[in-house]
Amino acid sequence: MHPARSLILFTVLSGQGFGLLVFLGLGTPEVEGWRAFAAYALAFALAGGGLMSSAFHLGHPERALKAFREWRTSWLSREAWLSVAALSVNGLYGLCLMLGLRIAPLGWLGALLAIATVVATSMIYASLRTVPRWHRPEVPVLFVALALSGGALIAGQRWLGLSLLLIGAGLQLFAWMRGDRALAESGTSIHSATGLGMMGTVRSLEAPHTGENYLTREMVHVVGRKHAAKLRAIGAALAFAGPAFFLLWPGGATVFLAAPFHLLGTCVLRWLFFAQAEHVVGLYYGRR
Amino acid sequence: MRPEPQVDTQVRISDEVRKTTCYMCACRCGIDVHLKDGKLVYIEGNRDHPVNKGVLCAKGSAGIMQVNSPARLRAPLRRVGPRGSGEFEEISWDEALDLAVSWMKPLRDTAPEKLVFFTGRDQSQSFTGYWAQAFGTPNYAAHGGFCSVNMAAAGIYTMGGAFWEFGEPDWDRTKLFLLFGVAEDHASNPMKLGLSKLKARGVKIISVNPIRTGYNAIADEWVGITPGTDGLFVLSLIHELLRSGKIDLDYLSRYTNAGVLIDCDPKSETEGLFLRDDEGRPLCIDRKTGKPAPLDGKAVRPDLAGSLRRAGITHRTAFQLLAETYLSDDYAPAKVAKRCGIEANQIRRIAADLARTAFEEAITLDRPWTDFRGERHKTMTGRPVSMHAMRGVSAHSNGFQTARAIHVLQILLGSVEVPGGFRFKPPYPKPAHAHPVPHHKATPGAPLGGPHLGYPQGPEHLALKDDGTPSRIDKAFSWENPLSAHGLMHMVIANAAAGDPYRIDTLFLYMANMAWNSSMNTRGTMEMLSATDDSGDYTIPHIIVSDAYSSEMVAYADLVLPDTTYLERHDCISLLDRPISDPDAAADAIRWPVLTPDRDVRSFQSALCDLGHRLSLPGFVDEDGAPRFADYADYIQTHERRAGVGPLAGWRIGAKGYAHGRGEPNGAQIDSYIANGGFFTAHVPDEAAFFKPWNAAYQDWAVEMGFYDRPEPYLFQLYVEPLAKFRLAASGRGTRQPPDHLRAPILATFHPLPVWYPPLSEGFSDPVEYPLHALTQRPMAMYHSWGSQNAWLRQIHGVNPLFVPTAVWQAHGFKDGDWARVTSTHGEIVVHVAHMAALNPHTVWTWNAIGKRKGAWALSPGAPEATKGFLLNHLIPELLPERGDGMRWSNSDPVTGQAAWFDLKVKIEKVDPQDEAFPVIAAQTSPVPPGGQDR
Amino acid sequence: MTALPDKTDRTLGLVIDLDICVGCHACVVACKGWNDTSQTSGLSDSDPYGEAPEGAFLNRIHSYEITREDAPATVVHFPKSCLHCEDAPCVTVCPTGASFKRREDGIVLVNEDDCIGCGLCAWACPYGAREMDPTTQVMKKCTLCVDRIYNEELPEIDREPACVRTCPANARHFGDLSDPGSAVSKLVAAREGMDLMPEMDTRPVNKYLPPRPRDAEIDVLAPLLEPVAEEPRGFLKWLDAALDRI
Ligand SMILES: Nc1nc2c(c(=O)[nH]1)N[C@H]1C(S)=C(S)[C@@H](COP(=O)(O)OP(=O)(O)OC[C@H]3O[C@@H](n4cnc5c(=O)[nH]c(N)nc54)[C@H](O)[C@@H]3O)O[C@H]1N2
Ligand SMILES: Nc1nc2c(c(=O)[nH]1)N[C@H]1C(S)=C(S)[C@@H](COP(=O)(O)OP(=O)(O)OC[C@H]3O[C@@H](n4cnc5c(=O)[nH]c(N)nc54)[C@H](O)[C@@H]3O)O[C@H]1N2
Ligand code: SF4
Ligand code: SF4
Ligand code: SF4
Ligand code: SF4
Ligand code: SF4
Ligand SMILES: [Mo]
Repeated sequence: MHPARSLILFTVLSGQGFGLLVFLGLGTPEVEGWRAFAAYALAFALAGGGLMSSAFHLGHPERALKAFREWRTSWLSREAWLSVAALSVNGLYGLCLMLGLRIAPLGWLGALLAIATVVATSMIYASLRTVPRWHRPEVPVLFVALALSGGALIAGQRWLGLSLLLIGAGLQLFAWMRGDRALAESGTSIHSATGLGMMGTVRSLEAPHTGENYLTREMVHVVGRKHAAKLRAIGAALAFAGPAFFLLWPGGATVFLAAPFHLLGTCVLRWLFFAQAEHVVGLYYGRR
Repeated sequence: MRPEPQVDTQVRISDEVRKTTCYMCACRCGIDVHLKDGKLVYIEGNRDHPVNKGVLCAKGSAGIMQVNSPARLRAPLRRVGPRGSGEFEEISWDEALDLAVSWMKPLRDTAPEKLVFFTGRDQSQSFTGYWAQAFGTPNYAAHGGFCSVNMAAAGIYTMGGAFWEFGEPDWDRTKLFLLFGVAEDHASNPMKLGLSKLKARGVKIISVNPIRTGYNAIADEWVGITPGTDGLFVLSLIHELLRSGKIDLDYLSRYTNAGVLIDCDPKSETEGLFLRDDEGRPLCIDRKTGKPAPLDGKAVRPDLAGSLRRAGITHRTAFQLLAETYLSDDYAPAKVAKRCGIEANQIRRIAADLARTAFEEAITLDRPWTDFRGERHKTMTGRPVSMHAMRGVSAHSNGFQTARAIHVLQILLGSVEVPGGFRFKPPYPKPAHAHPVPHHKATPGAPLGGPHLGYPQGPEHLALKDDGTPSRIDKAFSWENPLSAHGLMHMVIANAAAGDPYRIDTLFLYMANMAWNSSMNTRGTMEMLSATDDSGDYTIPHIIVSDAYSSEMVAYADLVLPDTTYLERHDCISLLDRPISDPDAAADAIRWPVLTPDRDVRSFQSALCDLGHRLSLPGFVDEDGAPRFADYADYIQTHERRAGVGPLAGWRIGAKGYAHGRGEPNGAQIDSYIANGGFFTAHVPDEAAFFKPWNAAYQDWAVEMGFYDRPEPYLFQLYVEPLAKFRLAASGRGTRQPPDHLRAPILATFHPLPVWYPPLSEGFSDPVEYPLHALTQRPMAMYHSWGSQNAWLRQIHGVNPLFVPTAVWQAHGFKDGDWARVTSTHGEIVVHVAHMAALNPHTVWTWNAIGKRKGAWALSPGAPEATKGFLLNHLIPELLPERGDGMRWSNSDPVTGQAAWFDLKVKIEKVDPQDEAFPVIAAQTSPVPPGGQDR
Repeated sequence: MTALPDKTDRTLGLVIDLDICVGCHACVVACKGWNDTSQTSGLSDSDPYGEAPEGAFLNRIHSYEITREDAPATVVHFPKSCLHCEDAPCVTVCPTGASFKRREDGIVLVNEDDCIGCGLCAWACPYGAREMDPTTQVMKKCTLCVDRIYNEELPEIDREPACVRTCPANARHFGDLSDPGSAVSKLVAAREGMDLMPEMDTRPVNKYLPPRPRDAEIDVLAPLLEPVAEEPRGFLKWLDAALDRI
């Protein structure tokens, strides 16, 4: 899939923002007054910024409100509702905190909604059978794990952050291993795509047009194997190893570096999440 | 839940439909042009039209983008920069025509041959030819010489009609179909409609083609033949059929010259010629009497096994010579298979298939008819085997003989003009001897004696001057290419630049992109067009081009006459040249201005009428010097070729109202055509529908329609006597003989029975050094160079890779995206490659004419067509390499002059990835603004 | 609207015959031409005369090459437009309800006024049947020519999809696949029409008729021709006898 900047920013920033809201909602750390203001401002900036950036992916951002209509079937629509709900509840909770009022159940509800929002975001991808690498249970889990680890690091949660990083790294590794086999295991191939497999070995001879089209630009993005391996290493180093290292540095002098590195690393991982995802339509175009 | 959105299912896209004829290829389908507020909105096929029956191809449907193309020329142009630069100023039509007259008038008065008028894929040849004849230049022809004259000449000389556009398979009845060397064809929609009929009936389709795409992809059996060897393959089929006696002897004896007696004495003055009676009629032995009798005599049954010794000379039948020739072991499948690149058993099996279908699955129609000998037949029996061939056969230098071989195969099976076989479309059949012979004598101030083109019956009809040199600039009908019935457009520029056989003054081109995809040696041709002599003057002093678009050719014109697009003008698709008939109906059609031009352009034909008047050409002015035709529409309606016969056959004026075929001109004829959807059809009577050359009912109908003035039945020529006459001359007999250096080639190629010889260029290139055949195919969604200005079509074919067969691909270690240098004896190109397995292992190929010169066609200079697209033409020489004898042979069929595009042999090697295909040709300045942004 | 109807009154769709498609692209351009005109927002092209022309098309032709062990390689031309799936994932993912499947005939459509151009439906379609219009930025897809098949402004005979009407090889058929008696259903039954990517559970309505066996007889020893004579003299004897018989 085309790794659109708007979508990478959307999923990473909103993920981390909602991750932060989870911890704020749970009261780890406990914030109040101006600290609450700062924390919530940051969380809203991340979550809201992410959501705004998603609008850049739309052909008609001015009609974005219509996206709320189809929550019965559409994860995008659900995500819209959940994000609004999450932002409202957390906003209210945060406002109360700033005013010195702590209504814990409201915070828990906020945390739950924040996680649900991240799940909904991930389900937009995980629900697509057309992208076997995405259509897997570990995808929402990984999304949540990365959101939480990001949130924890921003929230300055050293040991929690560290354990979440470990979990995230493990999940990511697992996701890569499974994902690399996903297309092959999905049973979808140029043979099932064309129905011509019974005749022999099928290969695309000519695409329907010699240039690009919306589909080839949007769905067919070929990353070289060598590139991918390198980028995975970079992404993992930035997202997991680096932050862990900074967290573990004696004296805690480098803890503040963990979160930005993690954010950067998550962006790389997300780039790979898109770029390495193969849409089955690529089979029709003989491009993988 | 919200209610389901309401959809507007009742849209009204147009407020008017105008019916005219498509122009994006020579198929000439009927179209319904939808207009809204006078603007073109949609084009679809005309369901009533005889050619396409409602369907339309990609090009036809994209006509709207052709008519709105940014590359359309806007006004007459006079060159201001050097030739080839594309720098012009717009001038008025009066200035333009005056300028043309100032060049042409002196030529007409002194040396009419110095005006050289060639017209590309002209659909108005009977008119442009008429104009050229009136001017008096012998130098006129259209595109047939580089297109498919091999097909036309082989068919006409053999059976009075050819594959090209003169006939088609009996799609509704045939039971086995063989397709040779066709990617798209002239008859593209009818071909597809026909194939779908075959598929619907489960009829087996066998395709003979080195490349398996398109029609060949859907064939039930593929013969992946090595290019240039079809003749051998077909003669091997004939060998098998003869050996097993699977031939239609009755048909051969009745309808062909199989029984004609031939002088078999190698020392005779008439060796190889027919034995004739005092009235010149060819003789046979009548099997009923055992006596000599006229071959086509009433009640005569020619004996195929007859022989006669007269005056010490042995005469034997054409059939005996034929049988002896092809029964020879040289044509045994096992002998030819390797050369053809196929399995011997495939040849045997196809021969068996042909025989079984022809003789065991024969069909009989209960339709009585009377033949020219007066015999009444109760039924019509057909051998339901049909064939079709096109440029894969014709674009080789052995194409004439190969096409002949295919016709002989059809005829031996008795499958021509019979139910289920191959059928002619009126006004064909028409045998060679019923066509004119070439006229070529230029007389200052006077018209030519008759039509330029024709079918010579012997050396006496060659277009030679008294000193034996060619009369024509293209050397058509000279000893080099005696039967060049369509001229040699591909040699015009090379000969004119070389002043061989003489210098010319004005080159006048219509509708041919000679500075690009239509010429061999493209770069060399561009140089020739702008070459100068010692005094710095252009070697070709004046070039006038009529084009509708900013093509590569326009850049080389001194004067450009901008044409309208096809929806903005009158045209006639006439029974006098290339009509749109089918085997059951004669049909012609018109175009008419369904749109009004928004630019200062004029229909070329109307401009020619005006030029004809300004030059006072006979036929174009009244006695008082006034213009004879107001415009082309006027010509279409009022011109008479012979009494009662004009460009259009429908709605003429008879004694009692309308008359079709023959009749007085009708000043409102075009209106009648418009009212009828743009075309006219006249159905062939049922009794006349088959056996046309011998069918009395057909002959009478043809006379009534005005195709001929009296019945002209004739026999198919298995043995073509005019070829024997050229042999005689070449072997030193007769009064008109070829120059010595041409004797051997003529003897090698002018066999009166089909012969196979390797493509000529193979004698000029080392098969080890240049092991691969290189071909082009037409993409179905592109028309030569002009598809690329079409915003929709260019998305489908914006670049062309060179397709490489598996073994070569692997041997060179190619990967997707790789580039290769491709070299011929003539030059080199560097292009990107793609892998293809369904391909003859000795063949590479590409889509034709996708590459474009930068700056042409109102495309941006970075357009993929101009950077990555390429032309194979850079590798194809117009003259074969010199072989040490100082002679340069034209890269053409030695019989007909047909351009041998597909004889090309190349080698290939891998090179580093490139940004642009080589050669990179400097951009031309565009005389029109570049195409717009989004649409 | 995003929910799919439980069932549709009819199941209109196309049947595409891979045995006869010659890959001419006629249907592609007819489709482009019709929809460019019939739809108010047209079907646009960006950079039409430039370096990277790119337009919205609702129907495209692929070409596949098939290599085989026991027969020569072959090529199949492969048209592809929306298959109007019964379980259309493109519909259920749509957040706005712009994508919907019609209850009366099963046609899957986009209501452009509601489309936010998120692209999700195109992601959800396994077949590559949806394309974003480069200038209007709304999702485009095959409408099964819903504006032709019921259109009383058109002569009755023309109330069929533009691509079907134009296909010169008659490789495209239109009809009701829920009616076992329809011509298309019969074709599907007779020729074993198949689904593309059945494992995606989209239940496509459009069916593809597989190519008939090609080059099938190559290894079969069909009876070859029996010679009547092995040399010219023998042939002449045969000829004489044969001539007597006619
Ligand atoms: N769409 C479209 N239609 C067109 C045109 C166009 O440009 N575009 N051009 C029109 C014109 S001017 C013409 S002349 C016709 C030509 O129409 P076609 O006759 O179809 O011409 P080509 O496309 O050149 O195809 C030649 C075929 O012959 C095959 N071939 C080459 N060498 C050999 C050989 O030695 N033996 C055999 N058996 N096959 C061989 C090639 O593989 C190719 O398939 O098309 C007309 N129609
Ligand atoms: N390598 C290779 N080369 C080939 C062939 C091949 O198979 N392989 N095929 C050969 C054959 S068979 C042919 S026929 C030629 C075709 O070659 P051309 O006949 O040269 O074909 P086009 O490129 O279509 O060029 C025709 C010219 O007519 C102009 N034109 C278009 N419409 C109109 C109009 O309405 N009025 C006027 N006045 N002009 C118009 C176009 O702009 C263009 O400049 O190519 C030949 N070249
Ligand atoms: S085949 Fe296509 S381009 Fe040729 S006349 Fe017919 S519709 Fe036009
Ligand atoms: S083919 Fe694609 S766009 Fe059409 S209904 Fe099926 S999933 Fe939707
Ligand atoms: S692009 Fe339009 S039709 Fe497609 S899912 Fe988004 S809103 Fe729905
Ligand atoms: S049915 Fe209509 S919209 Fe669909 S592919 Fe055919 S022409 Fe295009
Ligand atoms: S029009 Fe018919 S034959 Fe041509 S590509 Fe489309 S389906 Fe195939
Ligand atoms: Mo041609």
